[in-house]
Order: sequence, then structure tokens, then C-alpha cells
Amino acid sequence: MNLDSNIPEGPLADKWSNHKFKMKLVNPANRRKYNVIVIGSGLAGGAVAASLAEQGYNVSCFCYQDSPRRAHSIAAQGGINAAKNYQNDGDSVRRLFYDTVKGGDYRAREANVYRLAEVSSDIIDQCVAQGVPFAREYGGMLANRSFGGAQVSRTFYARGQTGQQLLLGAYAALSKQIGLGKVKMYNRHEMLDVVKVDGHAKGVVVRNMVTGEVSRHAGDAVVMATGGYGNVFFLSTNAQGCNVTAAYRAHKRGAGFANPCYTQIHPTCIPVHGDQQSKLTLMSESLRNDGRVWAPKSKDAAKQIRDGKLDPNSLAEEERDYFLERKYPSFGNLAPRDISSRAAKEACDEGRGIAPSGLGVYLDFRDAIARDGQPAIAERYGNLFDMYSCITGADPYKTPMMIFPAVHYTMGGLWVDYNLQSSIPGMFVGGEANFSDHGANRLGASALMQGLADGYFVLPYTVGNYLAEQGIAKAGAVSADHPAFAEVEADVQGRIDRLMSVNGTESPRSFHKRLGRIMWDKCGMARDKEGLTGAIKEIQELRKEFWSNVRVVGEANSLNPELERAGRVADFIEFGELMCRDALMREESCGGHFRVEHQTSEGEAERHDDQFAFVGVWEYKGDDVDPALHQEALVYEEVKLATRSYK
Amino acid sequence: MKLKLKVWRQKNSQSQGKFVEYQLDDVSEGSSFLEMLDVLSEQQVANGEEPVAFDHDCREGICGSCSLTINGTPHGPENGTTACQLHMRHFHDGQTITVEPWRATPFPVIKDLVTDRTAFDKIIQSGGFITARAGSAVDANSSPIAKGIADYAMDAAACIGCGACVAACPNASAMLFTAAKVSHMNSLPQGKPEKDRRVLAMVSTMDGEGFGGCTNIGECEAVCPKSISLDMIAQLNRDYTTAKVKDFFYLVP
Repeated sequence: MNLDSNIPEGPLADKWSNHKFKMKLVNPANRRKYNVIVIGSGLAGGAVAASLAEQGYNVSCFCYQDSPRRAHSIAAQGGINAAKNYQNDGDSVRRLFYDTVKGGDYRAREANVYRLAEVSSDIIDQCVAQGVPFAREYGGMLANRSFGGAQVSRTFYARGQTGQQLLLGAYAALSKQIGLGKVKMYNRHEMLDVVKVDGHAKGVVVRNMVTGEVSRHAGDAVVMATGGYGNVFFLSTNAQGCNVTAAYRAHKRGAGFANPCYTQIHPTCIPVHGDQQSKLTLMSESLRNDGRVWAPKSKDAAKQIRDGKLDPNSLAEEERDYFLERKYPSFGNLAPRDISSRAAKEACDEGRGIAPSGLGVYLDFRDAIARDGQPAIAERYGNLFDMYSCITGADPYKTPMMIFPAVHYTMGGLWVDYNLQSSIPGMFVGGEANFSDHGANRLGASALMQGLADGYFVLPYTVGNYLAEQGIAKAGAVSADHPAFAEVEADVQGRIDRLMSVNGTESPRSFHKRLGRIMWDKCGMARDKEGLTGAIKEIQELRKEFWSNVRVVGEANSLNPELERAGRVADFIEFGELMCRDALMREESCGGHFRVEHQTSEGEAERHDDQFAFVGVWEYKGDDVDPALHQEALVYEEVKLATRSYK
Repeated sequence: MKLKLKVWRQKNSQSQGKFVEYQLDDVSEGSSFLEMLDVLSEQQVANGEEPVAFDHDCREGICGSCSLTINGTPHGPENGTTACQLHMRHFHDGQTITVEPWRATPFPVIKDLVTDRTAFDKIIQSGGFITARAGSAVDANSSPIAKGIADYAMDAAACIGCGACVAACPNASAMLFTAAKVSHMNSLPQGKPEKDRRVLAMVSTMDGEGFGGCTNIGECEAVCPKSISLDMIAQLNRDYTTAKVKDFFYLVP
């Protein structure tokens, strides 16, 4: 597997501009001869589809939702980072770069992160020009707030709906191109496989989710912007439809999968209410600007609260443990996500949890309301408070919010080089679906930044470069009549037929729940060798059981959510095993990956840079064959590897 | 809690639909309305029946996928709430709940509770954008925007495109949806150059897609899960009238 990262020569700060100059261009009149396939219409997919069409390329864009406006980027609440330094508080490209590398626990690729920080300012300019209504000060200038893992205020926001507003910006740009006929949009279509011709990605096979029709689409390049795989845990903050299928099928066709075990558990989500729960809801990290996280000092007080015998407001100050402020005084409640999550888990493991299930701690606004007044707090977080009380039936202005960590984001993804090209030439990967920028832990407000950086400012250059390198003679040379397409289509159809014909007794959702339970228990916030080894066996058994006992009701040739779910769960099962293998291989703790065997005496993550300063890239070898591990060494030229400290 | 459901079942856009009754015996009060439908789905799969199809995705009130008319009201009885954020504690044990799809000619039923809302996308495609090619933008703070205007634009931009406004309107009018987008973009300085073209194109597409006219009934505002105000329709009408007059004199740039 070719894992050349293609990092350009020269000093870090000059790499991207040098590279842009060296890249080949396609002349404007020739661009209309190319067709680029984009899978996904979130921030990365929507932005790249719109941008390529603006440049003159023909684009085919596919999404599983009924409209490109609904991709799950829409649910991001808190904000988007950019090194604008509008607050004059010491921010710079270099600092954003450094914070991101450090926040990722030194497991990200330096050159990619620097470029991300470099283009971050352009993103804000672009979004404002599109009419994104960011929060403003009375003077008319853009407002900022601070977020976890940073000591500057560099986060731009649109109330608690930043993701929505940024996505609607990209959707508007995309819609304009659809209206102009430069983008052909396929709603309610699910990508089920990628087609390679002479080793290059030349198209996809998709299923029309309304009619069940399986069809082939040829292109000169394929861009995957298919999001993350958090739903492997069944319960996560992801949308119901988020899945790993597109990425995993590409993996089976030869794309390396990097660091699958790096998952982010977000510290501030609403605790689980019961067995009928289908998803978890995030409460924006921005709440930690004013909310204080605590648990009772004594187990006894916690039990009384759980039993409804004690009102948390009546618990005296000295009875409360503001554990983030205690453990990490300089970052306090704004410690990074992985660290905050583990601290909450620790408190609950000690029997100090306060939710009825025992799994929850408080996020308390009492002091902020006393200091700034309720109207000021309502102005900042009103919609989040409303959402909380809508879901839980409790009023967070009066009683502290209950929170608990939940699966939120996946830093791992398809391996890409500096050009965001996967190990399959001609297949590019953007947004959460790739692995490159967040290392082992993502900082808050950086997902939106990365999705739009890839979509507006990186892929439109690198895809063009690839097309130019292939030469104009190859433009549109491969059609969907090529035998390779027929083969892949037959595979896809065969798999659908197989799912429909098992005729077992257990629903796809039930298998999904069982998989989620294994993953959360054995490959969640704390992992160990024994658990992971056991999980791999359990998942292999589950896979056999799935294929002999799944029950898919309905028909293949109509709208059938059960069939959609069955296909996704089948891929999640295989992928879950890969995650466990990756977690087992990585004998160290870093960021969101916490191996209990590898911790400091204070219970913090312990990295082993001498052995594990690499990207773990997995190559698919066959259904019942162990995957092969490849390594891309992480070379740090600028940043010195250090133990993260937020104390 | 125990519930009786009367759910609209329709095989596809060509077939006739009908209400079918289901009994659920163990629904948790903490569940959302869609989680209650998940329980029904599992029960149906266990019986070998095809589950009720419904649109849903984020389940946190922001993607705009869910589109259920519950006991006659789009998104159900709670104000400012999508169906996915509606929790079962708002219903009582033994209650009968009717669940239907959006009812509007421009939103044909695809299956059961799933409708086709691409007409909304077409309205946006015709003019619901501010043209700003990637790479062409000036510094974000180069043009200050008063906080009040930014806040107003945000109020309008909060629309999630679910279509409840259309489902609630006796005329199946898409005025609130269109007005929200027009108000968002036309109120911002960036949106001014295309202001007139935008409103003319969007209203024309809206009419072309078969949405009805607005007769100031106000049902749209009442059911809107994001509480988009009727004032937006007033702005749409003002902007439309201005643009029409300018258009008459060939003054639309």
C-alpha cells in the first residue's frame, strides 16, 4: 500500500503556498469536459461540490437524505475556530496550529494541521460573504467565544446553531450550481460501492432509496465526504442515518483505513433515559464557558440525589467537587474533551454520579446567573437551555444540568495524503471521513473548520491537480458501460439479495444494539487487552449470527428503511472488529484512545512516542483474513513532542 | 404507558392510503415521539409486517427531516418543537394518537408518512443564495453589520425547511418558508445586490411548484418549530412589491 504522504518541501509556513504554485491547472474551457462525483452534501461535500462547479467542472453529488440541506453537519452547535485574532488576545495561525496538534495528543500530521490553521481565516471571510449570520457585537464586528483546549477566544458562532448556518451557506452555494445545471443532485441515494478502472477510482454504484434501483455512475474522480462512524456504538450524537458504509466499501476496494480506534467521547451530553433511547443529544461545549462541572464529594450525598431525597442546590459549597477546576486549574472547565470526559467517568466510577442510572455529573449555571444575570445567560445559551428542558423536562436555570459523556466524533477515517487523496488514486476524502487533522482528539469548534477548509480551499485545488496530471485525453474516457462497473454492480445486487433472503428472526436494529453494547463496554472510554481480545471474538460471532438470522422485512425495490439499516449494520459489524484490532494494536494511551494499562500515576493518558508515533493504516485482505497493518511515521519538524498538560 | 395509534399507511405515491390501528403496551414517558415509533417498528418486524416508514435523521430538532402530523397538528401539540423533540410525557396513558404525513399537493406522499419536499429545494435553487464564489471574499470584519440586523437575519435563518408551515396552511402556501429565506438574505448588506432578482425568482418558483397564496391565517407561525414570525411574510411582500415595480420600469439589476 502506497502511503507516501506527499508533504511538500520547504518550511512549514510556506508548504501550502509553494504547493499551490506547483500544482497543475486545468484550463477553464477544458473543465467542462470533466465530471467529478461527490458523495455526501455536508460541509465538506456541499462546499467542494459547489466550489468545483463554480470553477467549471461538472459535478454529480449524492446524499442519502431527502435534501442536501439535512446533512449532519447541521447539528453542530457551538462554533467554528479561526485564527483571526480579532480579540487581540495573542492568537495566530501558529498558535491555532500548535493548539490543534497538542489537542490531538501529537498524533496528527503536522503539515496538514498547519494548512488547516492557515486557511481558517478565509473560511470566515467566505461564510460572511455568503450571508452566514454570525453573532456580532453592538459595533457591528464579529463576536467570539472561547472553547475547550484553547486560552484565546477564536470561536465564531451563530447562536447555538453554527453548524446549521454554515451548512445552509454551503447548501445555498450548492443550490445555485444545481439551478445552473452544473451540479446534478441525487437526493435519497446511497453509495454502496466504488468502481476502480486500471487502479483509479472512476465511479460509484448507488441505490435509489425510493425505487430500490441500483445504478452506476462514472466520473473522472470521486470525492468522499461521508462523515464519521460514531453510530458503530448504536448510541451516539450522530444522526440516525450516519454510517460507515461508503467509507468501509471503499476500504474493501483498497483504500487504507487510518486510526479507526480514535473516537471522541464528548463530555457534555444528556444522560441516557432508558432502553428505548435511539440517540444521545449533545449540549454544546460552549456551555462550559459559564457552566461549572461538579459531582458531590461524598458517595452518600450522590446516592441521596439519585434517590430524589436531596436537592442538589442545597448541597453546600464545600460538599461539591468541581473536579475539572480542581484537577486542571489553568484550563478549568475548558479542559479538552477527552480529558473532561474521563474525569466525569472517574467521578461516576467512584459512585459519585448523580443521574438515576448513576451515570451523570452536573453542569451548573448558578454562579454565572448570579454574576451576569439570567437574561445574559439566556442570550448566550437560551436555545440550548430550551432544548435541554424539552428533552429532560427539567429547567436548567433552576436546577443544574445533568451531563454524561457520549460518542460524538471519529478522528480516524480513510487514509489520505497531503492532497487528501486516499490510497486509491483518484479518490479523495474530505471532512470527518478522513483522518488527517485531529490526531487522537479533536478540539471543539474544529470539525466545522476542517470540513469547510477541505471543501472550499483544499480539494478544489488538489482534485484539479489530479485531473490535470491525468491529462485532457483522459477526460470522460471511462463510461459506466465499462465491464468493471458491471462487476461491481453485480456484487452490490448480490449483497442486497443476500440480505433479503436470510429470513431470520432478529431485526437489524437489535443486532445494531448488541454491537453497540460490545463497542461501548470494550472499545469505549477505557480499553484493555483482555476486553478488546474478547470483543473481537464476540463481534465475529455476531457477524455469523447476523448473516444467518437477520430478518429484513419489506421489498428490495421500494423505500425500505429496514434494508438500509441492515446493510449499514452489516458494515458496522465488520468495521467494529477493525476498530478493536486497532485499539488492541496501539499499546499506549493518546487522546480519545485510553488503554488502562498505559496511564500515569495520576490517571492521565501515557503515550509511547518511541513506538507509536505513527498513523496506523489498515489494509483489507479478505472477509476471513486478518487485515494488514501499515505505518506512516509521524515526523514533527516544528512541534516538540511533550506530555500534554492542562494543569 | 399504553397507547393506541392510528397511522396513515400508503404503499407508494400511486396507491390509495388508509389509517391502520396499532396497540403499543410499553412506551417510556422519557422517549421521544420517534422513539415511540421505533418501538412500533420493532413490534411490526417481529410480526413480519413492514414497519411504518417515516423521515427522520438528526433527532435533535435541527435537520428538518421529521414531518409528522400528530393529532391533526404538524409536529404535534407542543409549541416550537419538532416531532423528534416531542416527548411522550406530553401524552397520557391510554390515549389514541393519530399520525399522518404532511398533507399538501406540492409534497406528494412517497410512502406511509414520507413525503417528497424537493419543491422547497427548487425554491432555494432559483434564488435563495448570495453569490460569493469561494476565494472571492474580503475580510469578514471589513463591513460592520449592526447587531440588530445580524440578529434579525439569524431569526429568519433559523428555518429548518421541514415544511410544517405548508402542511398547516389551508392553502398549502410556502410563504413563511420563502419569506424566511428572503428576509435572512435581503436584510444583510451582502444580500442587497441580488435582492430584487432573488425575491422575484423565488416567488415565481414557489407559485410554479403549486404552493397556494397567503391569506394571513397564521397557522404557519403557530406550528413552526423554530417560531419564525409572520413579520417575515410582511417583509417578503414589501420586497416583492418593490421589486415588481422596479421590474415594470426595467430597473431590476
